[in-house]
Amino acid sequence: MSRDRTMANAFPVDRDDIELIRGAHPPLWKNPEPNGPYNLVVIGAGPAGLTAASEAANLGAKVALIERGLIGGTCINVGCIPSKAIIRTARLYADMRDAENLGGDTPDSLHIDFQRAMTRMRQIRQRISRADSAASLASAGIDLYFGEARFSGPDEVTVAGKTLRFRKALVATGARPALPTIPGLAEAGYLSNETMFDLTECPKRLLVIGGGPLGCEAAQAFCLLGANVILVQREPMFLPGEERDAAQILSDALAREGVEVRLNTEAVAVRTEGGKKLADLVRDGDTMTVSVDEIITGIGRSPNVDGLDLENAGVAYDATGIKVDDYLRTTNPRIYAAGDVCLAYKFTHTAEATARMVVRNALFLGRRKLSELVIPWCTYTDPEIAHVGLYPAEARQNGIPVKTYTVLMHDVARAVMDGEEEGFVKIHVREGSDRILGATVVASHAGEMINAVSLAMRSGMGLHALANVIHPFPTQAQGIKMAGDAYRRTRLTSFWKRLAARWLAWSRR
Amino acid sequence: MLKVDPAALSDDELLERYQRAAFDYFLENVNPDNGLVADTSRLNSPASIAVVGFALSCYPIGVERGWMTRDTAVKLTLAALRFFSTSRQGNGDDVTGHKGFYYHFLDMRTGLRVWRCELSMVDTALLISGMLVAGAYFSDDSGDEAEIRQLAEALYRRVDWRWAQGSSSTLRQGWKPKSGFLHYGWEGYNEAMILYVLSMASPDNPTSDNSYEGWTATYQWENIYGYDVLYGGPLFMHQFSHAWIDFAGIRDVFMREKNSDYFENSRRSTYLHRDYARHNPYGYGGYDENLWGLSAGDGPGRLRASVARQRRRFSGYAARGAPFGPDDGTITPWSYPASLPFAPDICLAALRHLGERYPEVIDNFRLPSGFNPTLANRRKFGRDGWVSEGHYGLDQGIVVMMIENHRSRLIWELMRSNPHIRRGLGRAGFSGGWLSQPASPASGDGDVA
Repeated sequence: MSRDRTMANAFPVDRDDIELIRGAHPPLWKNPEPNGPYNLVVIGAGPAGLTAASEAANLGAKVALIERGLIGGTCINVGCIPSKAIIRTARLYADMRDAENLGGDTPDSLHIDFQRAMTRMRQIRQRISRADSAASLASAGIDLYFGEARFSGPDEVTVAGKTLRFRKALVATGARPALPTIPGLAEAGYLSNETMFDLTECPKRLLVIGGGPLGCEAAQAFCLLGANVILVQREPMFLPGEERDAAQILSDALAREGVEVRLNTEAVAVRTEGGKKLADLVRDGDTMTVSVDEIITGIGRSPNVDGLDLENAGVAYDATGIKVDDYLRTTNPRIYAAGDVCLAYKFTHTAEATARMVVRNALFLGRRKLSELVIPWCTYTDPEIAHVGLYPAEARQNGIPVKTYTVLMHDVARAVMDGEEEGFVKIHVREGSDRILGATVVASHAGEMINAVSLAMRSGMGLHALANVIHPFPTQAQGIKMAGDAYRRTRLTSFWKRLAARWLAWSRR
Repeated sequence: MLKVDPAALSDDELLERYQRAAFDYFLENVNPDNGLVADTSRLNSPASIAVVGFALSCYPIGVERGWMTRDTAVKLTLAALRFFSTSRQGNGDDVTGHKGFYYHFLDMRTGLRVWRCELSMVDTALLISGMLVAGAYFSDDSGDEAEIRQLAEALYRRVDWRWAQGSSSTLRQGWKPKSGFLHYGWEGYNEAMILYVLSMASPDNPTSDNSYEGWTATYQWENIYGYDVLYGGPLFMHQFSHAWIDFAGIRDVFMREKNSDYFENSRRSTYLHRDYARHNPYGYGGYDENLWGLSAGDGPGRLRASVARQRRRFSGYAARGAPFGPDDGTITPWSYPASLPFAPDICLAALRHLGERYPEVIDNFRLPSGFNPTLANRRKFGRDGWVSEGHYGLDQGIVVMMIENHRSRLIWELMRSNPHIRRGLGRAGFSGGWLSQPASPASGDGDVA
């Protein structure tokens, strides 16, 4: 990694970090002695590994959990938790800046204390990590081993000189930032999600490479925390794969915050000069150079498959991760995988959901299928962008006629009151029915709002029925119900209207 | 400013004034030597190939309306066709086009590529459409008119549409010599229908059979504000292809599935824009049921200002759309005549409101690319806010054509008779309506209302 050429301090940065390490990888930890075969050996103590180990132990299984770094994995240490903690502070500054719009007084000068934001993030990270400390896992009956795990055979793993035999094993080693291939970037130094949370001062000028979720979230947050941010995206829109209108709203929001948005642009080379990093950006064959203090890359994640000696266990993998079937079984029927190491959807909630499936399937002859999961996701920009199920283009490509019911957030009363009226709710149904195929929500709290749609889809509830669910007024989630109301209005055909009118006329006689 | 009180004019007189003012743009901004027409009326503006396509489509209207002689129209049309026919093609420098397509912007005098602009697929399609209008209208036996027909056909046939698909099923938006095809996002319904129709109908280099299906696969059919629409944010997406093709009553697979047609879709989209302005979620100045219409056009430029206590960022030339944005309060007033055939009542009401409330925006019945009433009396702007300087050829062209289609259906009737258009629509799966009837012979002598 390139930490020494960046402004990021080495982890641990402060006392909260030291406390975090004390709980998540105690320096004096003594690995237990294996005693007979385990029902389940779990490699990796991130969200998937922790979920599987805890659930299995809770059901009475003899469980070993192996971790080489910090308990909690990417999510707690360098992912969702630190990033959303920082985003909260960024939103605070956005609100202070927009105080007038909310009926308040905008401060004459807005002093941004970057260090305080980072300190708060570390406190929160340490506090949340306490829930799954080494000691608490051990007290829950889990044999916790620290060290590098290697398969020494189809039914055994070695760790720190000890051999653990298993009936079933779960590989949940997660993923790490993909190495960027831009010439000169490694030499010049860059930050990824693994190092950017160790910053102690805000870079004056920041180049963010990659307009996926991580890049967009980081660009907006650092911009609100005082950096001059250039966001470079090779594709014509942010969040490739998301709906055009969602990406459009995000693009406008980023530009309005002051992020210098450069779409269709690729960073092709980086070098250092006079303490600055110079990046060459190419758009339609034209090159321009920008000078920045720091570079964050948010391009893709690579599965952690190296060093596990998966070959010894007959577990097949490639650059996209461990190969699993619909039951999450690898090419070795004793060994399963869950989470980022095998999934295209690399989210904490899918890691946990697949880990639960593995416990059922591996230990209790379960037949839970990956393809049956309803998986929502959310990008935590402002506004947030959340999605579940099919996109209209996916449906059409599969020959499914699709119709979208759209509600603009500026029609949702609570969103107007909250000054958060940017965005929309789009619920996609099969044309001619109310069967929900998917939904996209763009709103300040889209991540909370999408849950109603996920619930409806999971339980087979149609959009018509969703309209009958009473929502407290006023809430922003009412936008979901309003899409149901829009559906119901279109079902009120002229025939039914005529019939209703005749009935009512007859009733007046 | 308006020299005549528009309130005193009947609807048809009013439309005639707006149409004539727009038409004159072409005579004022054409280079008679090569037929190229400037993109804008601003000093040193290059030519835009799309504007030439509009000019070629407008000359027959000028002849029919008595605004120019047939002889002048023939001369200007031939100048353009001869220029494109003899100008250099190739993948190097100092050329006008490549593979039968043309660069978006050309030097007014030399006709060579300027601004390192892109080879533009859709703008070439608009140019070719103008050529086909000329070929259909100039039907006399004279040598010049026969040459127009021959050149229009040859220039259409030489376009290598298949090449423009690149390695995908859909057509690429543009190409540059150094970087190849541009990969701009061009998904969803937009103004490209005419491009697909022309490309599929090509006798020599048609696109592969899956091109139209590939494009329509990205459509989104949405219920917004109570309207069922095939969504396209900016209004020009619902106007440009419609200037040449009458989509009323003819349906492709998608529209048969939705029990609608593209003309009806443009009508609903026009109403949707009006409803968006009634909502006016960002509190922009002037927006109401008679001031609406977001589209591609000029804007105030990169500046920031507070609107309804919120910081807003303004843009220069951009495609603005409703209801998902972007929206910076900039209205494109030429949208009203351009959507006239779809929603005459609300378009005429808006046009009259514009003349009464914002007279400074209108230059003797010629409409600007955009104006922004939110900026009224702010910074250096006057009582009507920021107003785009000069005029844009695209806007003037669509105004002339759509007013004419509303008044006499001249362009629609001409193109209905064009075998390429009929074949292209057939290949895209369109049927019903006027496509069920045999083509009437092309005529330039049609009655004009």
